[in-house]
Amino acid sequence: MESNTRDRVVLNDNEVLRVEGLEVKFYTYAGVVHAVSNVSFFVRESETVALVGETGCGKTITTRAITKLIESPGRVESGIALFRRRNRQVVDLLKLSDEEIRKIRGDEIAYIFQDPSAALDPLYTVGYHFVETVKNHRNNINKKNIIQLAIKLLREVAIPSPEVRVKNYPHELSGGMKQRSVIAISLSNMPKLLIADEPTTNLDVTIQAQILELLYELQKKYGMSMILITHNLGVVAETANRVYVMYAGKIVEEGVCETIFYSSTHPYTQLLLRAVPNPLKKVEKLESIPGTVPSLINPPPGCRFHPRCPFAMDICRKEEPPKIKIGNDHYVFCWLYVKK
Amino acid sequence: MAEVLLKVEDLKTYFRVRGSFTKKVRAVDGVSFEIPKGITLGVVGESGCGKSTLGRTVLKLIEPTSGRIFFDGKDVTKIRGKNLREYWRNAQMVFQDPHTSLNPRMTIASILLEPIRSYKLPVNDEERFLVEQLEMVGLGKEHLYRYPHELSGGQKQRVAILRAIIVKPKFVVLDEPTSALDVSVQAQILELLKDLQKIYGLTYMFISHDIAIVKYMSNMIAVMYLGKIVELGDADTVFFNPLHPYTKYLLSAVPIPDPRMVRDRKKVLVQGEPPSPINPPPGCRFHPRCPFAMDICRKEEPPKIEVEKSHMVACMLYAKK
Repeated sequence: MESNTRDRVVLNDNEVLRVEGLEVKFYTYAGVVHAVSNVSFFVRESETVALVGETGCGKTITTRAITKLIESPGRVESGIALFRRRNRQVVDLLKLSDEEIRKIRGDEIAYIFQDPSAALDPLYTVGYHFVETVKNHRNNINKKNIIQLAIKLLREVAIPSPEVRVKNYPHELSGGMKQRSVIAISLSNMPKLLIADEPTTNLDVTIQAQILELLYELQKKYGMSMILITHNLGVVAETANRVYVMYAGKIVEEGVCETIFYSSTHPYTQLLLRAVPNPLKKVEKLESIPGTVPSLINPPPGCRFHPRCPFAMDICRKEEPPKIKIGNDHYVFCWLYVKK
Repeated sequence: MAEVLLKVEDLKTYFRVRGSFTKKVRAVDGVSFEIPKGITLGVVGESGCGKSTLGRTVLKLIEPTSGRIFFDGKDVTKIRGKNLREYWRNAQMVFQDPHTSLNPRMTIASILLEPIRSYKLPVNDEERFLVEQLEMVGLGKEHLYRYPHELSGGQKQRVAILRAIIVKPKFVVLDEPTSALDVSVQAQILELLKDLQKIYGLTYMFISHDIAIVKYMSNMIAVMYLGKIVELGDADTVFFNPLHPYTKYLLSAVPIPDPRMVRDRKKVLVQGEPPSPINPPPGCRFHPRCPFAMDICRKEEPPKIEVEKSHMVACMLYAKK
């Protein structure tokens, strides 16, 4: 990205995060994987933004990139990620040194990973995880107070008898309780931005409903912003304010939740919505999207969805679709909406 | 109603717990149902409720502890050897994860030929037959000599489905056939299963934790909780007129892909998680989480009550006093 575009990107007053032109590649033996290409998005104060897409569309890589959690052979090629810190200072997350980002990660930006069993260290108690998270960022607080805080937070995420649970090891907790603990731990520093990467994917629907309700309540209470990564459109409808639909490493459509569900414009979004059965409606036939997600080692030229798109035109095969404004906060990347 | 193909009476499957003579996991604990020909019975429940064990027991992949299974009018509970092989020709299974249910060292052709040769089905030109069959599930000649790792998840599941129906069974148990797949591929597989059912008049037992999919696929739905069926009935009835508190809870927990409906929906929130099936609570197994639990629920097992035609619920709330 040229330096003048870099200067033009500014963080508006009500925004917490703005990512522009993010590009992540993985240099594997099989070839270069274009995992995330030219992804731009923003998150406002105390709103929930959902990144939706199928496996391998780059939603996890996007959030990992902005928290500098991409490991070799992956590399962030370009992009800006402006973040407003607690003291209102604006920083570019991608330009921070490892030490500086470590001060923000776990403190101002908290991350809930997909698999709660892998996120907790089996050798330490739940309470120790709180101590570690808080101690890393604040020196003036002693262990006893942190355990008190842990008990308070565990109670808030509806874990029964938190005084006992705080001394438990991860294997003594069920899957739902582990995820609740991980959420409580991530809240221990009162983050400004919470990134929840498929927080309910490994859980049963009933537990999922409890966790989503919990996240919603906590967000209302603490006013943090949230990026929710999910492949489940039902979860999106239940929680998100705004939605970014991703396909094969790119954003194809963005808009307010209702806009995406009722007046989506991108063919992929439309097909995706019709591929999910709504249990409360009578569905005669599910629409399926022909073909499969392309390999990102050799992504199709032009629009990456063109091989599966029923409306593909000549230009779609050659040139990348531009970003087109459809309405307020509603943008689509599709040639169909370019005025001739 | 059509002829009954599969009938299960008071089926129980217990597993021993290591290091104990008395403790048992009551995975399936007294389940009875009938599946008429050409019908799909959906079995839904949370993980650990015994739905997969039920599917496997019905196919005799696991020996039942007690109870009886009738298939096509014959008692198949105790059959072995030749008769069991004959039973399996008529009753097949598709497993959850296509990445592990296909042998990675066999080509697609040899995977599909195995059941044909095993049952000595009369096939003249094997290759031509296989290509015809592959085309039916949306694959082609080019996939014949590939290995499973060269196929995508959806393609693998197509092969797994074809392997099950290639012997022309009457009954197929589908154990979470799409939970390892992406949404866009999931829709393709569900449509394929529906088409195949129409072509061959198959009877399905469709096991899934996803109620939206079960509703879409099934004519009848059985809701399981801790080894027992708590509600059984026509799909629409169970869905739009759920009676058991657990069914209501389960239905209100499903995320609906429609923001306006989400806002209007009443939520039944239940706290806690299912207890262990080693030591299930006495009386009704749902009582510790049930908002309507009465004294009698803690002591006596709820009777099976036929509330209306083909709608059974096991709950004290509907017992006549």
